[in-house]
Amino acid sequence: MVKKVIATTSLAGCFGCHMSLLDIDERILDLIELVEFNKSPIDDIKKFTKRVDIGIIEGGCCNSENVEVLKYFRENCDVLVSLGECAIMGGLPALRNGIPIEECIQEAYIDGPTVQLNSKKILPNDPELPMLLDNVYPCHEIVKIDYFLPGCPPRADLIWDALVALITGKEMDLPYEVVKFD
Amino acid sequence: MKQKINQIISDYGADRNRLMDILLDIHDVQGYVDKEDIKLLSESLGISTAEVNETVSFYHFFSDKPRAKFNIYLNNGITAHMSGRQAVKEALEHACGINFGQVSDDGMFGLFDTSCIGMNDQDPAALINDVVFTHLTPYRVEKLISGLREGKELKEVIYESYGDGHNADPDVQSMVYNHIRKGSILLNKDYERFEVLKKELAKYSPQDVIQTIEDSNLRGRGGAGFPTGMKWRFGRLVDGEHRIIICNADEGEPGTFKDRVMLTEFPDLVFEGMVIAAYATGADIGLVYLRYEYKYLLKYLNKILAEMRKQNLLGKSINGVKDFNFDIRIQLGAGAYVCGEESALIESLEGKRGEPRDKPPFPVEKGYRELPTIVNNVETLASAVRILKNGAEWYSSFGTKDSTGTKLLSISGDCKFPGIYEVEWGTSITEVLEMCGADDVQAIQVGGPSGMLIGPRDFDNLTSSELMKWYKPSGMMVAEKFFDRKLSYSDLPTGGSMIIFNNDRELLRDVVMNFMDFFIEESCGSCSTCRNLPFIMKKKLEKILNGHGVRQDIDDLLSWGKTLKVSRCGLGQTAGNPILTSILNFRHLYEQHVQAMADYDNLFDITKSVEAANKFVGRKTEFHQSN
Repeated sequence: MVKKVIATTSLAGCFGCHMSLLDIDERILDLIELVEFNKSPIDDIKKFTKRVDIGIIEGGCCNSENVEVLKYFRENCDVLVSLGECAIMGGLPALRNGIPIEECIQEAYIDGPTVQLNSKKILPNDPELPMLLDNVYPCHEIVKIDYFLPGCPPRADLIWDALVALITGKEMDLPYEVVKFD
Repeated sequence: MKQKINQIISDYGADRNRLMDILLDIHDVQGYVDKEDIKLLSESLGISTAEVNETVSFYHFFSDKPRAKFNIYLNNGITAHMSGRQAVKEALEHACGINFGQVSDDGMFGLFDTSCIGMNDQDPAALINDVVFTHLTPYRVEKLISGLREGKELKEVIYESYGDGHNADPDVQSMVYNHIRKGSILLNKDYERFEVLKKELAKYSPQDVIQTIEDSNLRGRGGAGFPTGMKWRFGRLVDGEHRIIICNADEGEPGTFKDRVMLTEFPDLVFEGMVIAAYATGADIGLVYLRYEYKYLLKYLNKILAEMRKQNLLGKSINGVKDFNFDIRIQLGAGAYVCGEESALIESLEGKRGEPRDKPPFPVEKGYRELPTIVNNVETLASAVRILKNGAEWYSSFGTKDSTGTKLLSISGDCKFPGIYEVEWGTSITEVLEMCGADDVQAIQVGGPSGMLIGPRDFDNLTSSELMKWYKPSGMMVAEKFFDRKLSYSDLPTGGSMIIFNNDRELLRDVVMNFMDFFIEESCGSCSTCRNLPFIMKKKLEKILNGHGVRQDIDDLLSWGKTLKVSRCGLGQTAGNPILTSILNFRHLYEQHVQAMADYDNLFDITKSVEAANKFVGRKTEFHQSN
C-alpha cells in the first residue's frame, strides 16, 4: 500500500493539538506504517517536497504569515482538516476580536502592566515581521476546509480515529463522549 | 452615599450570598455601582474585588457607570420587531436626542436594548426604570417623553387605563394585560384561597403527598419535563441541615409569558404549591427567583406572603402542623436568560454570576449553599395544588397517557388573539392555530429559540423522531416515537412558547438571525462551544444571505451544530437550534441563497485586514513571496 502523505502546522494556536496528536502514544508506530510526514513541526521539514494527501491545521489566523502558510497548505494538500477549537472558531486568540486592534497593540507594547523595557515606546513595525490582522479568523474563513475535528484539544483517540478514517476511506463515528473542551 | 451603602450592606448582615440584593438596593439609591463601591463591597463582604466585579458585570440591569434618571429598555425580541419596533426605536432616539446605548447629556434619558421582557402578546414593549410600557407607537413615545420632560412621574404617563385583573391592583398598577383566552383546570377561579393548605394537607402524610404527585404523572412545566413526584422523592431522601424549595420564576425564554400571568392572577396558588412541596420534602426554606423584568409584581407578591404569615400558612408550625416550619423569600434577578437554568439560578441566588454548574451533583443533592434543593417551575407548583385538591386520578383524566393534565401556552406573533391558552396535552397544532385565529401560517417557533421552528407539513402528521434529535432540553432525553404532531412530552414538548409567523415574514433574515443574536448576547461565556459557535454560525448564515454561501456551508452548519451538545447547560446545547431546525424544516430557504456552481467563497481581503494595525504601528503594507 502506498503510504499517505501528511503535513501539519500550528498557526495561531498553542501547539496543544500537536501535543494531543503525540498522545496517541505507541500507536504512532502503527501510524508511521500507514503514513509519511512531509512539512510538519514533527520532522521539521519547512517546505513541501511533494503533493500531500492530508493537511492538518492547528490554530486560526492572526497575522499575514498565518494566512500565507494556510494558503500554502491549501495549494499543496488534497484534504485540509481544521484541528481543534482555534482552527475552527478562532479560540482563545479570538478573544481580542471584540477589541479594536489599535487598543490591543497599545496594551501589549505601551500600557500593559508587564511592559517595562520598552521605555522608548516602540511599536513593532519591522518589515520582516508578519502583519497583524484586524481580527483572528477561523481557517474556513480564509480557505476551503474539508473536515473539522472539534475539541480543546481534540482527544488523541479522536485524532487517531479521524486519521484512520481518512486513510482507509471508511466513515468515522463521532460520538458525544469523544468531543471534549478544556 | 458611602454611609447609605454601608447601611445597605449591614441590612443584609454583610452576607456575600445576598450580593444580588445589596447591588439591587445600591442601584435603587445611586443608579450604578462604581469602582469605589466595588472596593467597599469587597472589604465589607470579605471577597475579592474580582468576585464583586464578576457579579456586577454579568447582569444586564447592573451598571458600573452613572445611568439616566429614566432608563428605557426597549425589548429586542422578535415579536417586538414584528409589531413595529424599528419605528418606535427611531421615535425614541428622536424624542430623546440620543442613539441607543447612550445617556443624554442632561442625564434625563438612557436608551438600551434588552432581551425579551415577557410581553410578546403586547409588543413593542419597554421597561422604563421598573415600569412596563406596552403597545408602544411613535405617537405614544412622543407623548411619553414630553410628559417626562415636563416633570411627570412614570405612573402618570401611562397612557391608558391599567390592565385587566390584578394588573389594576393598587400594589401593581400596571398597564400589562393578562390576555387569558382559554382556561381549564389551572386557570380557574373555582378555587378558595389556600383551601388545600387549610383543609386538606393535614390529612396527608408527606409520603402520601409525594405518592399522589407521582400517581398524577405531573412533569416539570418549565420545559424539561422531569417527573415532579420523583424530584420531590429524591429531595426527601437527601440529608441536609436545611432543605430548600425554589420556585423558578425567571421566565426568560423569548415568547414565554405564562408565569407572568400566573403570578398576576394566581400567585396564592403558586405559594400554596411551594408550601405543599415543603411539607412533602421536609424543606424549611423557600425562595422565589423572580426575573427583574417582573419587578412591578414584587410589592403585590410580598403582600400576599405577609398575609400568609398572618394566617400562619407560613412561619412556625404551619396551620398547626407540629414542627412544620417554612417561609418564603422572593429574590429578584437582574436580567440574565441563563439564570432560568436551575444551577445558574442557584449561583445567582448565592450572589454570584449566573454560570451553570457542572452536573452531577444535581441541585437535589447539592444545591443552594450545598443543601438539598428542589427547583420547580411556577406552573408546576400551582398544578400540584390542583392535584392535591382533586386527586391524581382526576388530573390524569386530562391530557394523554404520558403527558397528563394541561399546559399553559404563551401564544404570540401573527394571530388574531395572542395570549394565554390552557390546553390539554395532546392538543394538535392545528387545533391551537384555530383557537388563536391564525391563518396564513408559514412557520411556528415552538418552545422559544431553544426549541424548534416547524412548518405546515409538521402541523398534522409528521414523525417526530427526526425533530426529537434536536430537542433535548437541559440534557433531558425524550422518547423518540412516531406520533402525529401533538403537544406532548413524547411528540412535541414545549415550555409553552409558540410564536407564529405568516407568509410575509422573512424567516432567515429576521427570525433566525434575531434568535441567534439572542443566544450570542445571553451566553454566559463559560464553555467555548457556546461562547463561539453561535457567533460563527451566525456569520455563516449572514454569508449565505449575502449571496456568498456555497452548498458546503449548509452542511458545515449542520455538523458544527452537533458540537454544541457538549456544552454544560441547556442554553449552550440548544443555541444552534434556530439554524439547525430551520435547515431541517426550511432547507429550501437556505438553498435558494447558495451559489450552485461555486465550491468555495469567502469575504476575506488580506490587504484590508492588515490596514488598521499597519497604520497604527506606522508601516507600509507589503507582501513578500517567500514560498
